[in-house]
Amino acid sequence: MTDSAVTDSAGPDPAAERYSPLHALHVDGGASFTDFAGWQMPVSYGSDLAEHHAVRNAAGMFDISHMAEISVTGPDAAAFLDYALAGRMSTLQLMQAKYSLLLDESAGILDDLIVYNNAPGEYLVVANAGNHDVAVAELTARAAGFDVTVTDVSDATSLIAVQGPRAREILEATDSLSVLEGQQPLSDLKYYWSTGAAFGSGTVFIARTGYTGEDGFELYVDNADAASLWRALLAAGEPFGLIPAGLASRDTLRLEAGMPLYGHELSRDILPAQAGLGRVVHFTKEGDFVGRAAAEAGPAEDARVLVGLTAEGRRAARAGYLVFHGDKEVGAITSGALSPTLGYPIAMAYVDRDVSEAGTTLDLDVRGTRIPATVVSLPFYTREKN
Amino acid sequence: MADTSALKYTSEHEWLLIEGDTATIGITEYAAEQLGDVVYVELPKVGDTVDAGKVVGEIESTKSVGELFAPVSGTIAEANSAVVDTPELVNEDPYGRGWLIKLSVADASVFDGAGFLSKDEYDALVAE
Repeated sequence: MTDSAVTDSAGPDPAAERYSPLHALHVDGGASFTDFAGWQMPVSYGSDLAEHHAVRNAAGMFDISHMAEISVTGPDAAAFLDYALAGRMSTLQLMQAKYSLLLDESAGILDDLIVYNNAPGEYLVVANAGNHDVAVAELTARAAGFDVTVTDVSDATSLIAVQGPRAREILEATDSLSVLEGQQPLSDLKYYWSTGAAFGSGTVFIARTGYTGEDGFELYVDNADAASLWRALLAAGEPFGLIPAGLASRDTLRLEAGMPLYGHELSRDILPAQAGLGRVVHFTKEGDFVGRAAAEAGPAEDARVLVGLTAEGRRAARAGYLVFHGDKEVGAITSGALSPTLGYPIAMAYVDRDVSEAGTTLDLDVRGTRIPATVVSLPFYTREKN
Repeated sequence: MADTSALKYTSEHEWLLIEGDTATIGITEYAAEQLGDVVYVELPKVGDTVDAGKVVGEIESTKSVGELFAPVSGTIAEANSAVVDTPELVNEDPYGRGWLIKLSVADASVFDGAGFLSKDEYDALVAE
């Protein structure tokens, strides 16, 4: 038996293995680990399916401390981000967050990231672990001519995500975590807004963001307090069904939610419009931004576009498998799995534009067997909002 | 569950329980853990003749796909329909109810010449 297509393991150098500040807790918790961008991160604590269902039905807690955090401060911070990123960050209100893209001059996607306006004139840019070096280098280079300071704070910052319908109750039940006076209480916090809380002798920056398609929070905490915060959340969350969850379930959760993963749906060779992210690029903003001209010109007419695909049965197409329309090769899968929530195979793929309409029937080449699939609009799964 | 010290192993992370001219074959606990939760199993049909080293089945988890190799040439004597219906048996009981196929050979001596690993040798391989 051999693994032919294991999860993402884009580790550049195994000798430079890195560990989360929470690593010892994961070992104690029985986690198995996977290399992710050079980091040894929990892939599962026993059952990735149980972790997936916990997030959909109760709550799961993820260590995503491998993510890169970059602080941007200074009088020109907002103007700088408007220039450096595809979105209009200058419209962010205090404590508001926004999903954005780091483009190159050709409008190829260097990274997708979230920007938080976490204090007056201060922004926190959260980038993918695999793009840490690129994001830091690009933001630093693009800062020339702006009165800003770009600081890589990744090594000092841990990140814990509590995701699922019970997430808010769990944070509220964590006695040692209390929202600071004057900050938005969790019950009033809207999606993509953030607040501040006291924990121990320090503070925790809490954002109502996530990568699972459920309600949930991401908690930014100093490394020194990370382990005690993890333990406090787990203890408070157990009565609500909270369990630790690893990257395997995180991947199936984000796939069901139709969220792109850099290196799969997004790359330097993909323009935002191809990935369905045209809305993230703000052409109406004044002044230039990196990649503007190329993004305005748009992808080539024959450029493939991202679609969702569903199939019957239980055999899932995986990243790299080819997509056919009749005998013609029309695309390739970027992510695929048997959806734990829906019970049938789902996938994202880049396909030729003329076969990208919802309802189109295509064939997936699953290791030599053609499996019929239907183009559907994303996401595959949407939570019930109350 | 089988006595794992009495089993033979392959470097492809399969185990064999050899009884006369037939071997019961599954994947090791290590392999099952590496795969994650198994959600789909495809096995060869009873009566199929298979060649040593060739892929005869698939074990899929949510995150990856494992292939089942025939450790020796022979004929499929049984395929475990229980794991096809309930793939999680591979994770729950890899050396017992999670067995995959029974493979019969014409001459039992091929098992001796196949270069299988002992439990100690396999454990050492996994520990590397």
